Amino acid sequence: MHEFSIVQSLMDAIEAHAAREEAESVSRVVLRVGPLAGVVPHLLKTAFDTFKARSVAEAAELVIETSPLELTCRDCRQISTTDTVRFKCPQCSSLNVEAREGDALVLERLEMEVTDGPT
Amino acid sequence: MCQDCGCSAGSGRKIIEVQKNVLASNTSRARANREILEEHGILGMNLMSSPGSGKTLLLEKTIARLRDRLSVGVIEGDLETDRDAERIRSTGVPVHQIVTGQTCHLDAFMLQGALHHFPLEALDLLFVENVGNLVCPATYELGTHRNVVLLSTTEGDDKPAKYPIAFKHADVMLITKMDQLPHTDFDTDRAMRDARVIRPSLEVIQLSARSGDGLSEWLDYIERAVQQLRG
Ligand SMILES: Nc1nc2c(ncn2[C@@H]2O[C@H](COP(=O)(O)OP(=O)(O)O)[C@@H](O)[C@H]2O)c(=O)[nH]1
Ligand SMILES: [Mg+2]
Ligand SMILES: [Zn+2]
Repeated sequence: MHEFSIVQSLMDAIEAHAAREEAESVSRVVLRVGPLAGVVPHLLKTAFDTFKARSVAEAAELVIETSPLELTCRDCRQISTTDTVRFKCPQCSSLNVEAREGDALVLERLEMEVTDGPT
Repeated sequence: MCQDCGCSAGSGRKIIEVQKNVLASNTSRARANREILEEHGILGMNLMSSPGSGKTLLLEKTIARLRDRLSVGVIEGDLETDRDAERIRSTGVPVHQIVTGQTCHLDAFMLQGALHHFPLEALDLLFVENVGNLVCPATYELGTHRNVVLLSTTEGDDKPAKYPIAFKHADVMLITKMDQLPHTDFDTDRAMRDARVIRPSLEVIQLSARSGDGLSEWLDYIERAVQQLRG
């Protein structure tokens, strides 16, 4: 369970960007997570809700996009993608597959309210 | 903000495309750690497994067999107590324990701090015994040169399928406690196949720290890695 450490790093990045943009608040945080990133999305959300209190992202929504795992079947050569950790070719059901990608843990985008805009 | 369509017209909303790994600062610290190790010609090895797979006993045996040829240091992150650090200390090599508290893994910043406690000029090989946990440590690069995952015959051959993350960045898998194999239904072929789904280039060594079987293959692996680093 290292979701708290991950969210701690995420908060550092959010605070740094918000300070650079002189943002009043951060309203939306978009994270892209693969099934092999080693984190559980709902635990990330729980951790985020804990850490965001009294920060610039106090009112922010955390959006988690999934990033697929790519499987190449060594038997039928089919390439497929999956959002779960399941190593099985969907075409021929072979377990003789090779997995790639799927370990993304990326801060994609931040939406923030800045003061200098017209109100 | 425009309440009708959520567009940013007339509001102070700004969208920043960041597209950066959340652990980017750990990754760059890991890179710097590796440079420090390489400046001193030290090979770093990161040992990861579930608690009780045999990391500490393997280190004790490995040190006993290597110490005439290589100068070894150990960082202990596997702490319930300082028992493991004491076991290693009694072999006479320098050891530093990282106090992780509740943390379930080591990270590159902890490693950086620990490096200060070693006579780096004198070392050839630095082992890191990571926290006993098959999930979290795999996410944090430390800057070591080899990731070693231990899987004991007594914990079951389904671990690679259940915890694929641990194997994704592993260079070598050690199937430990081979002396216990006859008393288990552990299937070494199955463990290897499942691990190689996620890591096709994974090397596998079967050994028993208790009986000594397979240890020479592991020692050869280490010596090859040391030679490779020295170029
Ligand atoms: N039978 C057998 N037991 C072992 C072997 N290696 C370690 N053990 C035992 O397994 C237990 C856990 O080992 P330890 O090295 O402390 O595991 P760690 O938690 O991964 O550091 C200890 O009781 C060891 O004596 C082995 O090769 N064979
Ligand atoms: Mg130990
Ligand atoms: Zn197929």
